[in-house]
Parts: sequence; C-alpha cells; structure tokens
Amino acid sequence: MSTGNSSAELLSLRGVTKRFGPVQALTRINFDIPPGQVTALAGDNGAGKSVTIKTIAGLWEPDEGELVWEGKPVHFHGPRDAEAAGITTIYQDLALCENLDIVQNMFLGHEVLRHWLLDEGSMEITARKTLADLSVTTIRSIRQPVASLSGGQRQSVAVAKAVMSKAKLVILDEPTAALGVAQTRMVLGLIKRLASQGVAVLVVSHNLNDVFEVADRIVILYLGRMVAQGPASEFDASMVVDYMTTGRSARGRGPAHPPPAPPAPPAPPAESRREG
Amino acid sequence: MADEGSPGTEVPGELQEPPLATEQAEDPTAAPESDIDLVAVAPEVLADSLEDYLKAWGRRIRAGESGALPIVVGLIVIIIFFQIERSRFDSAINLVNLLTQAAVYVLLGAAEIFALILSEIDLSVGWVLAVGGFAIAELIAPPVNFPWWLAILCGFGATAAIGYLQGTLITRLHIPSFVVTLGGLLLFEGVAIELATIDKSAVGGVMSVSTTSPVFKLVNSNISPGVSWIILVVVLAAFATLSLSRASRRRSQGLTAPPLSITVLTIAVTAIGGVVLVYICNLNRGLLTPLKGVPWVVPFVGLVLFAYSILLGRTRVGRYMYAIGANPEAARRAGVNVQGIRRLAFLLSAMTAGIAGLVYISFLGSISTDVPGGNYTLYGVAAAVIGGASLFGGRGKPVHALLGGLVIGIVFNGLALMGISAAGQYIATGIVLVVAAAVDALVRRSGAGGAV
Repeated sequence: MSTGNSSAELLSLRGVTKRFGPVQALTRINFDIPPGQVTALAGDNGAGKSVTIKTIAGLWEPDEGELVWEGKPVHFHGPRDAEAAGITTIYQDLALCENLDIVQNMFLGHEVLRHWLLDEGSMEITARKTLADLSVTTIRSIRQPVASLSGGQRQSVAVAKAVMSKAKLVILDEPTAALGVAQTRMVLGLIKRLASQGVAVLVVSHNLNDVFEVADRIVILYLGRMVAQGPASEFDASMVVDYMTTGRSARGRGPAHPPPAPPAPPAPPAESRREG
Repeated sequence: MADEGSPGTEVPGELQEPPLATEQAEDPTAAPESDIDLVAVAPEVLADSLEDYLKAWGRRIRAGESGALPIVVGLIVIIIFFQIERSRFDSAINLVNLLTQAAVYVLLGAAEIFALILSEIDLSVGWVLAVGGFAIAELIAPPVNFPWWLAILCGFGATAAIGYLQGTLITRLHIPSFVVTLGGLLLFEGVAIELATIDKSAVGGVMSVSTTSPVFKLVNSNISPGVSWIILVVVLAAFATLSLSRASRRRSQGLTAPPLSITVLTIAVTAIGGVVLVYICNLNRGLLTPLKGVPWVVPFVGLVLFAYSILLGRTRVGRYMYAIGANPEAARRAGVNVQGIRRLAFLLSAMTAGIAGLVYISFLGSISTDVPGGNYTLYGVAAAVIGGASLFGGRGKPVHALLGGLVIGIVFNGLALMGISAAGQYIATGIVLVVAAAVDALVRRSGAGGAV
C-alpha cells in the first residue's frame, strides 16, 4: 500500500507553526512519518499534540511552515482535503453510530448499492474480510450494533473503517485512553497489524507503556516544540519522561535531533526547509 | 444520544487529557494476540438450527434488544382484556371499524417516525393533516372539479411543500424543530380555517366529500371478498419468494442467514395473520344489507408503510437518517449531507400527514375546522413512541407506527364500547403511553440496547 515516492517519508512537517491569538501553540515543528511504521507522538498536556494532529488532519492550516505529503508540499483547506489525500483521523469519540451495526458503520457514507437499494451482502463480505485482515476476531457478529461493543472493539471498528477508506496515514488520538488492560493490548496489536499492512500510523499517547509497546518511532513535544524524535530503540522510559516533562533529557545520549534547551530558539533538524 | 446503553467505556471530548500518570511498566511485552478468543464468526451468526436461533434471540432480548416484543405482547393483552369485558369487541363490524379508525393514528405515527429518527419532533402534523384534507376535499368538489388522483397529488404536494418549508427553516436558521413546528401547528390551524372560509361550497365551514368519489370510497368501500383473497395470495407469495431467495442468496455468498425453519415460520405467521385479517373482513358485517370485504384503506396504509420501510431500511437515505439520529457529527464526517437529509425528513413527515388527511376526509366523508389538530399531533407522537420509536433519535420503524397506532385505536375503540366517558378514554390512553415508555425504558436499561 505504501507509495514508492522519492523520499522515504509519507508525510513530513516542516517548520509548522500555529498561533491562536497570543498563544503560540506550535513553534516550528519538524518531524517525519514514514509508511509502514507506527510513529508515536508523545507529550504532556498542552504540549501541542492535539493541535499537531488537527493541523495534519486539515482542521487548521499552519501559520508558517508546510506539510510535505508524498514528497510534495500540500495545503489542506479542510478535513475533506486531508481525507481525499488519504489521511484518516480517529478521534477519541470514534465517530461511530451506536444504533447501526458494524457493517453499517464501516460503510457509512460509502454504501454499496444494487438496484438502488443497499447491497448488504457485498458490504458484509467486504467488512468481514477487512476485519479478518486486521485479525479482529473478538467480535461475535458483525451484524451487532456498535452500542453492544466494548471500547476496544469500537476502536477496532473505527480502525477498520479507516482501512476500508484506503487511508495511507491513520492518526489515532489516545486510542487506549479509556480501555482496560486486555482491550489496550488488543488495540495495540491492531495498530501493529495496521502498520504491517503498509499504512503509516501516528498514535497520540502519553501512556509510555503503549508508546514503547507499539511505536517504531517516537516524537516528543514539549510546550509546542519538537524536542526529540527518533527510532523507539534509541529511547527508554525515563528519557521520554524527562523530555515530556522538562523538554530535555539529563542523559545526553542523543536521539536523532534533540534540540536540548526548550526555551531557546528551536534548532530545526538538518534538512528542514521553510516555506518561502 | 440518550439511549446509549453500554457502560461508559468512552470518554468523549478529545481535549480532555488525563494527567500524566506515573507510567510504570506492568507488562510491556505481553503478546497482543493472547486474549483473542476464537469466536471469530460467532455462534449467533452460525445459528443454523432453530434451537441456536432461538437461543440467540433470547440473548438479544436479555441484552435489552427486545424490539417490538413488548408492544406486541401489550397489544395482545389489551385485545384479550376488551374481549373479556365486551363481547362485541371482536365482532367483524367492530374490528373492521377499528382498522379504519386506527388508520389515521398509524399514518400520523409514521409521519412522526421520520422526525423522531432524526432526534427531532414535528408538532405540526395535526393541522397539516387538516390542510391536506381541505385541499383534497376542495379540489375534487365544484367549482374546481379536479379528477380525484390529481386532487390527491396536489394535496400531498402541498403538504410536502409545507414540510420542506419547515425543514428549511430548521436547517438553515438552526431553529429547533420543536419551535418551528409548534409555530406550524398554530399557523396551519389558521390556514385550515381560512381554507374553510374562502371556499363557498364549504357550508358552515364543513367541506363534504361526494360519496361517489374514490376519495370517499377509500375507507367506505371494500375490495370484493374474492379479489381480497387473490391479493392476499399474491402478496404472501411475493413475500415468501423474497424471503426464501434472500436467505438462499446470503447463504450462497457465504453469509449467515436465518435457518430455513425460521424463514418458513415467519412466512407461516405472516400468512396466518393475513388470512385472519381477510377472513374477518370478508365476514358479513352489514346490518340490513350484506357488507363484506377488505376496506381499500387497509392495503393503502399497508402500501405506504411498506414503501417507508424500504426507504428507511434499504436505501442510503434511510441509513443516513438513522446515522444522523444517533450521531450527526459522525454522519457529517462520513460525508453525509446532514441538512439535506433533515429537510427531507420533515418533508416526508408533513407529506405523510397529508396522506393521513386523505384518510381522515374519507373516513368522515367531510372535513371541518373541528379537526382535533393538536390532539392528532400528540396521538402521532404517542403512536410512534408506544410502538417503540425513541424520542432521543436513531430508533424507529414504520412498523412501530403501525403497532402504536393500533394500540391507540384499540384503546379508544374498546373503552368506547365499554361505555367509558371521553375523560376515561383520555386517562386510559395517557396511562398506556406512559406504561409503554416505562416498559421500554426498563427493558432497555437491563441491557445494552439501542439497536435500530
């Protein structure tokens, strides 16, 4: 599913800056999201995680900087644009209709018709296959209403919906925030399988267990700045906590591009470009 | 979304982020696959035998998805009660009367279903009914003398336009439907009175319908017994063929379908119901001259409800109505034209009120400014809610309007036969409404209900 473009990255943020009146929400954020990998976006409250994903999802346009999607600069003027490009965002509310069953939810807005009527059979077959490909097997019947599903199962349905829309990048906002231990494990497994299908996954989380279990790469925000990014193997839990809470790690063993002093003017990563 | 059932697993509101917990690894290496039990395609889905199916059905009921079961049971209880109290209740003439009386409630309930599914309400249906009724009655009468079908089309068109107007106000100006349609209730009462005033043939505000007109005959004339049986056989054959072929197609696609015994049972129950209905209607219920056959209004209402069931259950528009009723934001994100669907729902609601107006003038043979418009609106809401539609949106089917409308019709009819005063009838109907809502709430609370 990954597209063989020149740069290895599916999406790159280049000096993305966002202000809300006097509030500087994001300051020259730079990071990359490669296809087929899980990128974790970590940070404390107010670090700018939500603003970042909403900017990627097209809800807000950056004041400065740009998004580079499949090697080309893009400007999303709304969520539609981002979705058309192949970016699906799953917010914590999941956007499911509780009264509709799983198949109906997965196909909402993309129903298959046959003689003007809904073709439930073919939709059910496709939905079943999508769920099977993701190894979602805890669901008793895909004809049960979403109201009867557990939190983890709902998350699975939301992810499967994103897969069916042929998303190249799936953004998950705190996918495990409301889940118990077993369900969290189920959802994390799902995220890994999603990435193994070639989809780029960006997971927003501040649960470090989840981050280390699932992430191939870690990006850490602190007060609206990107303070560290790199392969997950270059981090350990205490380093991430340090970065999240202070913006720097006492142990200087540097992950890829750590601009160490948070209040200092940001030192953007090597190859960063700025919008003219 | 009030009738969400499942315990609070979701924390809505993406902005609230729980404070940074002290993350301590508890089991970071646990295999994610470990808890996946292999019930991939569930027992319920693979219910091949009748026994399995009944078990699955029992599970559903215990889970709070009782569907129409409580109301069907309630209907039977009410019928038995009146049967014991009053032997005339099950006389052919009364049962046929009851069907024609209930037709207006059923249609008003169906009108309200469209609004209720979307978590809205249409309070104007009672007087929109009157506007539609006056329009049709005046168009077929001199001096206009439209052919009956054209008059009916104009009447439905006028009420549909009313609905579109109300829907536009609701969606464009974001005025709550309660307010817009409450205004409509008052406004269209005025329009109905005006219609009665300007037409010179409406003597004393009463516009009568010629007894030779097909509009009058809709309720007051019967399909001959022979033809009734033929129609029944054709309908049942079509129903059986569709059910069986649908099940076999699903099986050939590798999908689960109810076991053959269930399909056959459903067909058999439907057939028995149809045969009983036609049999009763075909009994001679005339007092002086023979009078038998199914009134035209019965298949007419059936056809309307069938069309609405297809619209709501099998088309994209219907699917979107349920989606919007449960989660408008999800529907919007899925690319649904939420406001357009809303307008359409109000259009259909008002147009169905117009259809009820046609049945109303046919039943009475006239229409005057004495239409109990306010009451009719509330009977419509009551019929839908008694039948099982939810006031909180996302749930409701035309069959709910049928069941609820029949309950209201039967309660009024039965109490009237018992010689109970109007006061008593209102009190009883009110109690039935609250009991129905209470049973529904209790059943639902016991499980994770909320299914369409």
